[in-house]
Amino acid sequence: MVGAVLFVAGIVCMATKRNGIGVLMGVELVLNGANVNFVAFSRYTSLALDGQIISLFVIVLAAAEAAVALAIALNFYNNHMTIDVDRAEELHG
Amino acid sequence: MDPETHQSVGQTLAILLAVAWLLPLAGFAVEVLAGYWSNRLSKAAAFLAVGCIGTGFVCSAIALGYWGVQTEWAALSATDSHHAEAGVDAEGHDGEHQDSHDHDGADAHHDDAHDDEGDHQDDDAAHAATDDADHNAAGSHGDEAHGHEHAGTPAFFGTFYQLARFGSLVIGIDYYIDSLTLVMFVMVTLIATCIHIFAIGYMSDELTEDYVDHQVHTADGGHFHRPGRFYRFFSYMSLFCFSMLGLVIAGNIFQVFIFWELVGICSYLLIGFYVERHSASTAANKAFIMNRVGDFGFLIGLMVIWTYFGTFRFAEHEIDRQPAPGVSEMVRVPGIFEMVRGNDGQLDVDAEAGVVYLRDGEGQRLVDPESDAPYTIPYMLLVVAGLGVFAGCIGKSAQFPLQTWLPDAMEGPTPVSALVHSATMVAAGVYLAGRFFPVFTPDVLLVIAYIGCITLFVAATIAVVATDIKRVLAYSTISQLGYMMLAIGVAGWAAGLFHLITHAFFKSLMFLASGSVIVGCHHEQEMPRMGGLLKKMPITGFTMLVGVVAISGLAIPLITIFGEPIALSGFHSKDAIVATSLAFTKLNSIHTLLFLVPLVTAGLTAFYMFRLWFYTFWGEPRDQELHDHVHESPWVMTGPLIVLAFFAACCAIGGEGGVLFSLLSDSEPVGLGAGYAAMDSGGVAHPSHDNVHAVHSTAGNLALLAAFAGTIIAYLLYGARVVDPGEIRNQMRGVHSFLVEKWQFDKLYDAMFVRPVHVVASWFAAFDRIVLDGILHGSAKAAIDVSKWDRRFDESVIDGMVNLVGDATFAIGRSLRNVQTGQLRQYVMFIAVGVLMLFVLLFAFFPK
Repeated sequence: MVGAVLFVAGIVCMATKRNGIGVLMGVELVLNGANVNFVAFSRYTSLALDGQIISLFVIVLAAAEAAVALAIALNFYNNHMTIDVDRAEELHG
Repeated sequence: MDPETHQSVGQTLAILLAVAWLLPLAGFAVEVLAGYWSNRLSKAAAFLAVGCIGTGFVCSAIALGYWGVQTEWAALSATDSHHAEAGVDAEGHDGEHQDSHDHDGADAHHDDAHDDEGDHQDDDAAHAATDDADHNAAGSHGDEAHGHEHAGTPAFFGTFYQLARFGSLVIGIDYYIDSLTLVMFVMVTLIATCIHIFAIGYMSDELTEDYVDHQVHTADGGHFHRPGRFYRFFSYMSLFCFSMLGLVIAGNIFQVFIFWELVGICSYLLIGFYVERHSASTAANKAFIMNRVGDFGFLIGLMVIWTYFGTFRFAEHEIDRQPAPGVSEMVRVPGIFEMVRGNDGQLDVDAEAGVVYLRDGEGQRLVDPESDAPYTIPYMLLVVAGLGVFAGCIGKSAQFPLQTWLPDAMEGPTPVSALVHSATMVAAGVYLAGRFFPVFTPDVLLVIAYIGCITLFVAATIAVVATDIKRVLAYSTISQLGYMMLAIGVAGWAAGLFHLITHAFFKSLMFLASGSVIVGCHHEQEMPRMGGLLKKMPITGFTMLVGVVAISGLAIPLITIFGEPIALSGFHSKDAIVATSLAFTKLNSIHTLLFLVPLVTAGLTAFYMFRLWFYTFWGEPRDQELHDHVHESPWVMTGPLIVLAFFAACCAIGGEGGVLFSLLSDSEPVGLGAGYAAMDSGGVAHPSHDNVHAVHSTAGNLALLAAFAGTIIAYLLYGARVVDPGEIRNQMRGVHSFLVEKWQFDKLYDAMFVRPVHVVASWFAAFDRIVLDGILHGSAKAAIDVSKWDRRFDESVIDGMVNLVGDATFAIGRSLRNVQTGQLRQYVMFIAVGVLMLFVLLFAFFPK
């Protein structure tokens, strides 16, 4: 339940935030929500130890991914002087 | 003559005559090829032609001599013109020979007989001693069934080559040789040789690369130039000689027809020799087409003959009955003449049933081997057959009503007129009428006589007013042919053929002389422009005079040399004809016209012929300038004139007791000499030789009187100019114009036949143009309209569909483009919503 709430909050955040960092926050929320879900699964189902391992992986990946994301955001700021995601329209057709 | 000798003599004769016949064909082949390759200026073609036909003459003369020697000249001793009446033998064909004839008279004739038929010698010793004893043996054929058709020496017949066989009908190249054939061969080859030699001179202006034809005008008004055609002339002449001789030697009527058509073609080629002249090519067409009209009748006759006789051959022959395949059984089948007349020359007629029974050589009726029913032919169909074959003769010999082509045929060069249209081709019709005589019933013969009678009168009247020298001779030819037909029609068989031979000589002589005149006057043919030529062209003039006297039938009465009247050949032959017609008229007085008209026309003949002579050769020249340039012809042209004049004068020495007549009488159809009584159902009686002899002197005197009258009138009008012919013309203007228009025959035929054909042709042309072309154009237009509609369909529908697809794709693509907004947050929403949907779907469709 907690995990679901976290997940949904994260999604909403990702979808509605204009700030790039806000979007990244949402991503973190999503990942953490998923993490919590995994821990719950390790406790109440047959996953047991695997659940714990997976959450460790997720944390590591979240960290790596946050680093990359921040790098992208930095690059984006260098090119556009802003981090408003609505401005990233160059891929429109 | 026993059968083996008969066989071998027959074969020898056949070979000799075949050589004479086929040499001109070889000549033709060589000339046609050589003409293409050789020089236009060389006379080689002429020499080749003369050589071929001259050799032919030598062969024919040898054949005649050989025949005579083998038959011991029985023909010459079997004359019956001075006979007393004697009974007809049971074997009817020997009747004439049994007569006690005047031996001394006959021998006297033989002693004077000239070597005019070639190189034969008279065997006087043999005659005097062995005549009476021998003519039974020589003339009889009681031992073998050969040549029953003849009164005299049996004929020689056989086959050269069998061409085809259709059931019982065998068609081959046969020969039928009797004295008539031999005499005709000698005559044709001799005259042809003379004419070929003459033509070397006459056609010499064709020996050039550039011949100017003054009668053809080109578009720019000048005269037509063309290369010379010397060799072509001689190749056509050789072909003609081949065809004519083939006709004479023919042993079946189909072969006659083949060569009939061949001479027609040669005549066409020769008349149209100057092809570019419109008059010449039209005349050639006219000649050929009118001949064809006659040949249509000929074909009908042939059809009847085949249907009822099953064979075309004149004489009996063997055919292979083939009772089973592979088995050959030779059966003797009688020929046409025997079937109709048997061996006694009588028709076996059943008057009520209207049929004629066919008989075989022994006189028995022919019966069908299986059913024993006798073979018959309905009388009317036999008449049709005879009339049909005679229709061919009408066309070929220019009798009424098909006579209009012959004067126009004078468009050909004069040697052609001399050979083809006076001596030979037109004589072929008379020859056939004579040859086919046994098949003619008395009704047909009466028709022949009347047609001959009408023809001779019509032509003679037209000749009186004609002014072109060749046209006068052409009409004269038609008239004399009418005489011959008349003679055959009144059963004067030998008389008609006698006239044929003498006419050939003097007519060709006159034509050649006129050719000489034409060349001498530089191709002037109209007599009113000539006159007084005798001094400048003596040889031509005197030879022409010989011909004119011969055709007029003049003689010096009451004076005889060696027992013969002093007369040229025409007197004897015309005498014979008039005598026969008088005898006929005495037996059938309803047909008196058949005697009176020839008598009057004999006078007319003398008149117009002497008119021709006086107009051309006598008196003052009418065109002085022409007269100044006149010259006598070279020897190559006058030589043949002299030779022919000799024959025209002498070939009938002895008249009806002489060599020529005896030779001809030898081939007379059997039973003719005894006459033919009228049938019970009505009809005509034919005079026998004795009937003719009885009236001979009367007829002769009357004919001579008529001829003298004509001559004297001609002299008065044209010689001494006592009366001016121009005034007579003015007085009888209507008659004159009628005659000048040739009795309006040309106009009549034009209206009856030519115009309707043109009308029908224009109908067909219109049909062709409107209907047939209309269909074609219509279908073409329909095809074009269909293709136009097709194009529109193609463009609108099919291209539309393709374009639609393309546009739709483009539109979809455009609209899909709008999805890519570039808005990141929207992309995230899509992801989220998508995942959600995925989960929902998974749990909805795969509930665990």
